[in-house]
Amino acid sequence: MSSKQAIDLKKTAIDWLGIAPFLLFAVMFLIAPTLYLVTGAFVNPAGEFTFDNVAGLFTDKILASYWISIKISLASSIGGAFIGFFLAWAVVLGGLPSWIRSSLLTFSGVASNFAGVPLAFAFLATLGRTGLVTMLLRDWFGINLYASGFNLLSFIGLTLTYMYFQIPLMVLIITPALDGLKKEWREAAEILGATNTQYWTKVAMPILFPSILGTTLLLFANAFGAIATAYSLTGSTFNIVPIQLYAQIRGDVLHNPNLGYALALGMIVITGISNLIYIWLRMRAERWQK
Amino acid sequence: MKTQKIGAWIAVLFGASYFIVPLIATFEFSLRMRRGEYSFDAYRSVFSDIQFRESFSYSIMMAILTIIFGVLLVVPTAYWVRLRLPQMRPVVEFITLMPLVIPAIVIVFGYLRLYNSSSYIPFTGSARGTDMLLMFSFMTLSLPYMYRSVDTAMRTIDVGTLTEAAQSLGASWPTIMFKCIFPNVMSGVLSGAFITFAIVIGEFTMPSLLNRPAFGPYLQLIGANRAYEPPALAIIAFAITWGCMALLQLVSRFSKSAPSKP
Repeated sequence: MSSKQAIDLKKTAIDWLGIAPFLLFAVMFLIAPTLYLVTGAFVNPAGEFTFDNVAGLFTDKILASYWISIKISLASSIGGAFIGFFLAWAVVLGGLPSWIRSSLLTFSGVASNFAGVPLAFAFLATLGRTGLVTMLLRDWFGINLYASGFNLLSFIGLTLTYMYFQIPLMVLIITPALDGLKKEWREAAEILGATNTQYWTKVAMPILFPSILGTTLLLFANAFGAIATAYSLTGSTFNIVPIQLYAQIRGDVLHNPNLGYALALGMIVITGISNLIYIWLRMRAERWQK
Repeated sequence: MKTQKIGAWIAVLFGASYFIVPLIATFEFSLRMRRGEYSFDAYRSVFSDIQFRESFSYSIMMAILTIIFGVLLVVPTAYWVRLRLPQMRPVVEFITLMPLVIPAIVIVFGYLRLYNSSSYIPFTGSARGTDMLLMFSFMTLSLPYMYRSVDTAMRTIDVGTLTEAAQSLGASWPTIMFKCIFPNVMSGVLSGAFITFAIVIGEFTMPSLLNRPAFGPYLQLIGANRAYEPPALAIIAFAITWGCMALLQLVSRFSKSAPSKP
């Protein structure tokens, strides 16, 4: 080996040594734990390869918990995306005073991070049995929420609660996309005789659609993995997947550790797919934001 | 044009009430402890609770440790990737986004199986070891935010030129790192630190499953057993999040007014 090659080799070694701590961290605390669960999902307690655990997910109880999780995540992400989009539209293109825009964006930064246990407390104080809104509706309008079948500890209640952090997240991500709509595009459309509806359906929406759909998927994954809010609202009575996994980790309620791994694998697959599509859609959307 | 403006106002009013009504309701509820009149008894009860003080200071301690170790891990990595290993950028970026893809509960499930007391690296065998594991898990949670804010700050400086300049003046690697790179990406480091703080203080899943006495599990416990303290705690938690975000905005505004590099 010539001395130049040796120097090159040494240089490459140093280059890689520089990110070795990071790679070690990633392997130990991200990749290995995930791989352990993923491989565990495909073996039986004796260590032999099997599809039984994954097949075991397709029982009524587990399917029901996946279904309720997906329903809540879908409802809160679509609802959050819808309302968040109109809020962002209002402050970007609605011609409102500029202080509204900056206060909405600041507030969204706070509220999108205001999740977990305190959020559950806030909604219990608002829409719980003795919550302010529940009591005001009863005293002022004679509407008894809970007699009419509403329950905070249910699908609709949890969806409303999740939307408290979903809407701000949508606002934060979609505002730059709306900012990216160039005035020239609108002017060009108008000069060519397009109506407002035509401009939105033929020009703006096709450009915005990847961003909107992608962000909705991100919100979906965000809701799907969340546990703290639901757990402290409903205890372990409400069987969404993270709560079931929590119970499984605590005390092997499924009586099969490997089925627990399969439960985790199911979560990774669902959040993974929605995030991958989000990243792909964002790359498409960024073509227009240059 | 007129209808558009009305629609915009309706949207904003709707959104504002959705955001503000729960806060008002929570505050009102937290004042109800004394029968028949409003009082701050719930807050007094919270602050005099020894468990509140212990769990809160434990979480603050954890947040500070997470920030220190997170910064020491992320800044040199982001620097090195920009300087020497640009071909690794997509890989490193993908890794830093992984905690957003894999739910926290799944990650901690993996830890409990990999690092239990009968494994090769028995983190959970002792309280100190579990604390360390918890810190690493918080670092994982904050990795996406920390890396992105540091990397964004690093984009505005020319790391190659800075490094060569320092080297030609005879600086060693630690000097380059701490006297040259760190001060230049301080705005990114601080942004990442505030978000990390907000995340760590409220986190429930990880400390709860690792059985450590942090603020998140304490909140959950109080929620299950008390009536008026939980809304008071929610207001306190909201104030903390608000404080973190306000500091973050302050830092980013400050860094924008700094002279831009060519």
